Amino acid sequence: MNAWRDLMSLLPLTWAHYEFMQNALLAVLLIAPLFAALGCMVVNSRMAFFSEAIGHAALTGLAIGALAGLADPTLAVVGFSVLLALAIALLRRCSATSTDTVIGLVMAFAVALGVVLLSRGGGFNRYTAYLIGDLLTITPAEIARLALVAALVAAVGTWFFNRIFLAVLNPALARSRGVNVWAMEALFSAVVALVVAVSLSWVGLLVINSLLILPAATARNLTRRTSSYLLVAMAVSLAAGVIGLLASYAWATATGATIVLVAMGGFLLSLFFRR
Amino acid sequence: MNFGVKLGGVAVLEDLELHVHCGELSALIGPNGAGKTTLFRALLGEVPHTGQVRFVHADTEQRFESPRIGYVPQQLEFDRTAPISVRDLFAAATTRRPLWSGLNQRRRQAARDALALVGAQDLFERSLGQLSGGELQRVLLALALDPQPDLLLLDEPVSGVDQGGMELFYRMVSQLRRQLDLSILLITHDLAAIARVADRMIFLNRRVLADGPPADVLASPLIRQVFGLEFTGREPSFVQRLPEHGACPPAPGREAAS
Repeated sequence: MNAWRDLMSLLPLTWAHYEFMQNALLAVLLIAPLFAALGCMVVNSRMAFFSEAIGHAALTGLAIGALAGLADPTLAVVGFSVLLALAIALLRRCSATSTDTVIGLVMAFAVALGVVLLSRGGGFNRYTAYLIGDLLTITPAEIARLALVAALVAAVGTWFFNRIFLAVLNPALARSRGVNVWAMEALFSAVVALVVAVSLSWVGLLVINSLLILPAATARNLTRRTSSYLLVAMAVSLAAGVIGLLASYAWATATGATIVLVAMGGFLLSLFFRR
Repeated sequence: MNFGVKLGGVAVLEDLELHVHCGELSALIGPNGAGKTTLFRALLGEVPHTGQVRFVHADTEQRFESPRIGYVPQQLEFDRTAPISVRDLFAAATTRRPLWSGLNQRRRQAARDALALVGAQDLFERSLGQLSGGELQRVLLALALDPQPDLLLLDEPVSGVDQGGMELFYRMVSQLRRQLDLSILLITHDLAAIARVADRMIFLNRRVLADGPPADVLASPLIRQVFGLEFTGREPSFVQRLPEHGACPPAPGREAAS
């Protein structure tokens, strides 16, 4: 952390000397590639709506955490999101209802429950911060926690990449190659839920899904192979993250939403360079 | 041995007893909902079944426990805009090393060899979305051959491929059977085309209704009854594809079968 601060202080830029900007930039450098890589799989598996639902349902996790009197509700958010992700995966498997309907139902239930719990006694306003997120308040300890999650996800992602990839591409084909499709779907859902839940306070519930989807969608327009797809998505995500952070500093706007706007600009630009 | 499959409490397949041999191309035919795809799913271990499947060495009578099954799905339903190359597909299916980190020399050669077997060596670097229906089926066939399987299952491998492509594909499958001494089970509706290359035809409708050389099976009155088609003599004289739905009412549980 100190090395990072020293490095940043060397930059001849005003913002680079503020501690909150140093923290925020480090967090962006951690989150952006992680979101991009996961987003690639989310887009491949057409799970954009699923990750949206997970983001929204985090509200309920927050409510449960608050009710339980936890000082830091993150654990409750992670727990509830992962549980919900598994519930959706299970419902998808066992019910004849189409996937988007299942997700829609589960999301409606979770959001309603969250709002009811949080609005008890008219106290909802305290939680609006989670809707928008605030990257500039992130502390070194929280960055360390993000780094831990990033390392975990990277390890899981590397070890199971091919199996998840195949399960997403075609379940029957995957099964014929000895892949446990259900386990891979559940694992992937849980990982998405984990990442969304731990990043929620910094990015904001309203825009978190776009951060997942946009870099992948942009990279899709520019690449034909999986390796370059991942690489371009990460680069796009990093660029949008850094530019968005600086723009939000300059304009005094919410960081998460500003990053999303920059990423959206990147996506629109990529349409002109479609392969 | 009474091999059977129940889905949602309904018997989709019952009292099946089949012996398939190495180097034998068997065509699996039957109306929609006959349980053809369900049989494949049971063989792949996707749905539970009663009875047992045994793989026995022909000369030694010795059992081998986990035979390799190559599988070519009915139609690879996937997002055609996805940036996935043929190389990516082979890497994902044949190794544990994450595919973005590349493919080692040995695996790459094996993939190229398998593609060469089906005349698709030039497609290795192509993206899946750019392939024609016929090319994609050949790539999937090559994938099912890497590593070389003991039993190859092809589920309506030519649906969505034109007549010329279909004939070509069947000839290729027929040649591979001899070249690699493969045991092949192939689901199809193209009775005329497959009759020319298959060693054997199995007519399935929840149970095996006819089993033997294609000409004999096609000549059986049952086929005529089920498919509502007329034959002249022992050779099938029709050329057009059979309608998707046979004339007979679908068997129960058809939504789970083919």
